[in-house]
Amino acid sequence: MSDLYDAIIIGCGVTGAWTAYELSRYRLKIAIVEKENDIGCGTTKANSAIVHAGYDPEPGTLKASFNVRGNELIRGRAKRMAIPFNQCGSYVIAFDTEGMNSIIQLYNRGIQNGVPDMKLLTAEEVHKAEPNLSDDVCGALLAGSAGIISPFELCCAPTEVAVRYGADLLRNFEVVSMVPDEEKVTVTAKDGRVISGKRIINAAGLYADDMAKMLGDTSFKITPKRGEYSILDSNVYGIVDHVIFQPPTKAGKGILVSPTVDGNILVGPTSDPIDFKDDLATTDDGQKRAFDGARKSVPSISERDVITSFSGNRSVGDQGGDFICSISSSEPKLINLAGIESPGLTSAPAIAEYAAGLLRQSGIEMVKRESFDDTRTVVRFKELDDFNKHEIIQNNPSYGRIICRCETITEGEIIDAIRRPAGALDMDGVKRRVRAGMGRCQGGFCGPRVMEILSRELGIPMTQVTKFGKRSYMVIGREEL
Amino acid sequence: MINVDVAIVGGGPAGLAAAIECRNSGCENILILERDKILGGILNQCIHAGFGLSFYKEELTGPEFAQRQINELKGTGIKVMTDTMVLSVSQEKVITACSVEGLVEIQAKAIILAMGCRERTRGMLRISGTRPSGIYTAGTAQRLVNVEGYMPGKEVVILGSGDIGLIMARRMTLEGAHVQGVYEIMPKSNGLKRNIVQCLDDFGIPLHLNTTAIEIHGKERVIGVTVARVNQNLQPIEGTEEFIPCDTVLLSVGLIPENELSLGCGIVMDPKTRGPKDYGAFATSVPGIFACGNAHHVYDLVDNVAKDAIKVGRTASEFVRGEVSE
Repeated sequence: MSDLYDAIIIGCGVTGAWTAYELSRYRLKIAIVEKENDIGCGTTKANSAIVHAGYDPEPGTLKASFNVRGNELIRGRAKRMAIPFNQCGSYVIAFDTEGMNSIIQLYNRGIQNGVPDMKLLTAEEVHKAEPNLSDDVCGALLAGSAGIISPFELCCAPTEVAVRYGADLLRNFEVVSMVPDEEKVTVTAKDGRVISGKRIINAAGLYADDMAKMLGDTSFKITPKRGEYSILDSNVYGIVDHVIFQPPTKAGKGILVSPTVDGNILVGPTSDPIDFKDDLATTDDGQKRAFDGARKSVPSISERDVITSFSGNRSVGDQGGDFICSISSSEPKLINLAGIESPGLTSAPAIAEYAAGLLRQSGIEMVKRESFDDTRTVVRFKELDDFNKHEIIQNNPSYGRIICRCETITEGEIIDAIRRPAGALDMDGVKRRVRAGMGRCQGGFCGPRVMEILSRELGIPMTQVTKFGKRSYMVIGREEL
Repeated sequence: MINVDVAIVGGGPAGLAAAIECRNSGCENILILERDKILGGILNQCIHAGFGLSFYKEELTGPEFAQRQINELKGTGIKVMTDTMVLSVSQEKVITACSVEGLVEIQAKAIILAMGCRERTRGMLRISGTRPSGIYTAGTAQRLVNVEGYMPGKEVVILGSGDIGLIMARRMTLEGAHVQGVYEIMPKSNGLKRNIVQCLDDFGIPLHLNTTAIEIHGKERVIGVTVARVNQNLQPIEGTEEFIPCDTVLLSVGLIPENELSLGCGIVMDPKTRGPKDYGAFATSVPGIFACGNAHHVYDLVDNVAKDAIKVGRTASEFVRGEVSE
């Protein structure tokens, strides 16, 4: 690959994806390199899935402005880009005077940050709206602009738009070296692929410090902090209608209880330092703390309703708690977008706008395309009314074949998820895009059928179908025994 | 809109037995809705023998048992729609179903729910550790091996000693895999005695009682499981942890009635069986809707499923004829 890219984005998580999207407004040659078999496999896929209002960050920080701006951008774009989003609002609840003081502080901070639609609620108002909250709740801060989102779709949608505009998405591209010269940086992958670009945009999440180091920038360090979550069965959906936060502490925003856009309830996260960036194990102790914390807000929450648990690792920077978004002081061809911890998901579209500015500032000529269309249509069979269900099956019978029984996902949707730009290449990729296997049976029934569809669509034998790339194979042939 | 006397959701052993009895007791307009391409349900993947001893008075394999029932359908005029998934059942007894032909609505006088059951999963057990590939429920593994012709892996640990787990211990061994052992948290197996003898003892596969998995290891593919003995409160005993290397973990930790449709219809559920609450003779809280087989409660033996389903078929017929009001 001898072609010179204008920019190489390292990491196709939510930050890299939105940056690629933003740069697609311009006539630029872009590559996004991703070390995994799919996009959004790091912090993007495992977090609280919340579009924060923006009252948490210190006024004047990048976090504060990106959060509020990101919230506004997501609210404006979600529908057009077919990103499941529900502006359900959030509560920060208080249990005592100290808590009340802290939510009043948050309210004032929100005003400074320009957060719209906030209101302080009395105990009576809170209990009327959320009857399952603890009797100890004595007031709350309501933020009407907060919502819940599908984090993976928030990454998938902008990636698709970028790929539609010609960005190259290179998967399983684990960067092992970067060598700068006068005009470019040469990037080499573990498997030997080599590409070069005029600028490097470092959106490598947990590994952003390792990437910067390859170009001699040791100005920051990323420390992983693990958060454990559990997903509860859809039969407890409705136990709360808003995102329920506890007053923030030094450790973070505390344990939350939240509905999800998929109709489940999310409980978590814990906040624990860990030694390895890829340590995504769940623990008995962590799960217990998550549930004990959640029960403080909603006493009837029970482990009995868990359908699955997971961990996500936050990319915590060391620059006074703010995002690190700047042209590197040691390598002018490097733009760092690092330390993207909470509210990183919400901020991503705004970080991307800022990144485009940094790219221009770094000396890249940026010419806008005449038009830019980011609309996206995704068929979600379950959400269609009966008339449209019938219609779509008439046009394409594969929508009449239900593969995932728990979530009512059709073969048509799975084929589409594989064939779309930046489509699914593995079981988890299908699961994240269409939810097949995410329901109660966790893929028990549909697993073998999804494997068959992947095998057929990708033209690979069943033995090469993986859960998430690399050596995560699903089955072996009889001849291998 | 299709009008029928009795609609049966699910063409496995329960649905088939119920349908045939509906016909025998005088109903004429009967429809079976089956989501798979063929009738027989889960029996199709149960290729081992041991079925039918009390119902047919001879030992049959799962597919043989199913074929007997399918043969009994012939000439009865019972209508069958395969490859058809029921999306919803209403209290007015209107079924909405979906197939490659499109959506279809069916108005029934009585409905028999016979959707079977599903397996409990790793998520529900909340076993700590990583999320690699190679973790299957025993039933999924059974389908892969017996229907699809693929092996889940070579070096196997089985968690839980339910019957499907025991049967898969033998099956995997016969196919050339090595089964490290079956680990059961309780002081005794909840599988049938004959399965413990024929599937484990005969093959020298150890059954470790009072033992559970506390952690799953492996980043991409499973590399092992840490097991530990448990005390009377089922809590792991410190110091008894043991790492068992394996590339495959099969879970056989219980079944739950398939209840999506029952819940969607607003049928009152029984928290104990996790199927519809029984208002007498397999009636649900909705008049004219009955439940049978594993969708009603989880059975040990298919013979008993079929026997009870006959009762349900009879009651549904009586309901259609107006002999039973509620």
